[in-house]
Amino acid sequence: MRAEDLSQLLGRLCPMHALLDDSGNVTHVGPTLQKLRPRVPMVGQKFLELFQLIRPRSVTTMSGLLDASGSKLHLRFRDAPQTALKGVIVPLAAGKGAVVNLSFGISILEAVQDYDLTSTDFPGTDLAIELLYLVEAKSAAMEASRTLNQRLQGAMIAAEERAFTDTLTGLKNRRAMDHILSRLLSGSAPFALMHLDLDYFKSVNDRLGHAAGDHVLQHVARIMVEETRDEDTVARVGGDEFVLIFRHLHDRARLDGIARRLIARLEEPIFFGKEVCRISASAGTALSSQFRAPDAAQVLNAADMALYAAKRAGRACHRFHRPERPDLCEDHRGQAGFRGQAGPATGHDGSPPRAEPLTGPGAG
Amino acid sequence: MHGLVNKALQSFVCNSYGQARWIRITEAAQLGFIEFEAMLVYDDATSHRLLGEICRELGRPPEEVLEDLGTYLVSNPRTEALRRLLRFGGVSYLEFLHSLDDLPDRARLAVSDLSLPALELHEHTQGRFTLTCHPGLPGYAHVMMGVLRAMADDYGALVMLEHEGQSSEGEVIAITLIESAFAEGRSFELGARAG
Repeated sequence: MRAEDLSQLLGRLCPMHALLDDSGNVTHVGPTLQKLRPRVPMVGQKFLELFQLIRPRSVTTMSGLLDASGSKLHLRFRDAPQTALKGVIVPLAAGKGAVVNLSFGISILEAVQDYDLTSTDFPGTDLAIELLYLVEAKSAAMEASRTLNQRLQGAMIAAEERAFTDTLTGLKNRRAMDHILSRLLSGSAPFALMHLDLDYFKSVNDRLGHAAGDHVLQHVARIMVEETRDEDTVARVGGDEFVLIFRHLHDRARLDGIARRLIARLEEPIFFGKEVCRISASAGTALSSQFRAPDAAQVLNAADMALYAAKRAGRACHRFHRPERPDLCEDHRGQAGFRGQAGPATGHDGSPPRAEPLTGPGAG
Repeated sequence: MHGLVNKALQSFVCNSYGQARWIRITEAAQLGFIEFEAMLVYDDATSHRLLGEICRELGRPPEEVLEDLGTYLVSNPRTEALRRLLRFGGVSYLEFLHSLDDLPDRARLAVSDLSLPALELHEHTQGRFTLTCHPGLPGYAHVMMGVLRAMADDYGALVMLEHEGQSSEGEVIAITLIESAFAEGRSFELGARAG
């Protein structure tokens, strides 16, 4: 085949080819390859001065280039933009030089932008346009999926929030408390768990009705949130029962201070219309450090018994769990209160102090 | 029906007629929501009820509404991504017409569960074609009328389109390509990205 026929054929089939002579000079170049450097005619220049070979490395001569004819070439322009190219070199008959055919590979996405390429710059059999189509199509589909995912995530968070919230008070509910407690137990940070029970709440309910009761509970919840830190957990776990979890807090004096302040504020009169509601509270606290390998039921049961002791001590009291004598519980100075053997006394309002224990049947 | 189809209707109504009318339509169609998700699938009855209520609200027959939808999808800046994907079909309107046979496959390549009915282009004499839209998506041919018209503007070609009704294989659109380079057309750069 004559040289002109060859270059014409290659120009149509491989618009990114270059014909090299024996000494490595470019003698002919395909239209698309030349389009990448419109101001620098490639014909007449040394191929290896236009392009830097990245793999195989350390090829600097035409003969070295020809030796690589069995493998795929990785190269890039020496001047900017240093577009990466893939290539194959095929030697022609002895003394006639070689053909190099180049393609963009994955750099196609930047290349079409850098060089303003159009469909006509690629041969009809090239998959470049399909690749570009696919990238855009998939990006658009991915964007739609991302929007959906974000919306679903928002809905999931809202649903979880609802599932973990006590609707009357906005506090955490029993389920959320269980969840938080088990997470704390699986970690190593110490914490304190306070079980707080309202006193005389039932009489408010009986005397003034449920609306008043609800009002009191909302008021109580507000006080508890105000008296605790953001990282603490306040949960309503029963009608008038609350569990407070204090992360990283095991200082007895501070915990006792919090409990006393809480009780004092809860004892302040609460106004419901023209009516005045008066309640009080008792609290018992267990520290995670009081157990070698605490589980949720153990900690809850311990706080529960401390609460009993507080009730026994005459309401409006706070007691700590005493691991060595669970029937005796301490105030923060270490003075023991006594938990009576004769069963729970009736409350001032005539109701049993605790209708249902906080811990389940499997506890303890 | 695929969420993309429903979402297309939503986008068309909201941007051409306003959110308030869209909300009225969703209430009349008893959707129970106002926002379709492009990547979820809805039952066909929902989409049919929706189209019925759109036509009632706009006081226009479905053929017209669907053709406008097709035009909207190609020409509105909000759906630029779709115009670009269609322009990948070819460098001229003629090439684009010939790429329509591949359209369902191309759509599936982008969104694997989006199945569009087959399209078949026949060239009869120089510049005269018919496009057969196979059944599967009622009203598809009318949407395609809008798409073909808007794409002709996009390429700067001058065409005449006519819905020729039903054949044994599907709905037929007659296309007469009067001039390929009638007007400037809109530019299409491979490297640009739809915002």
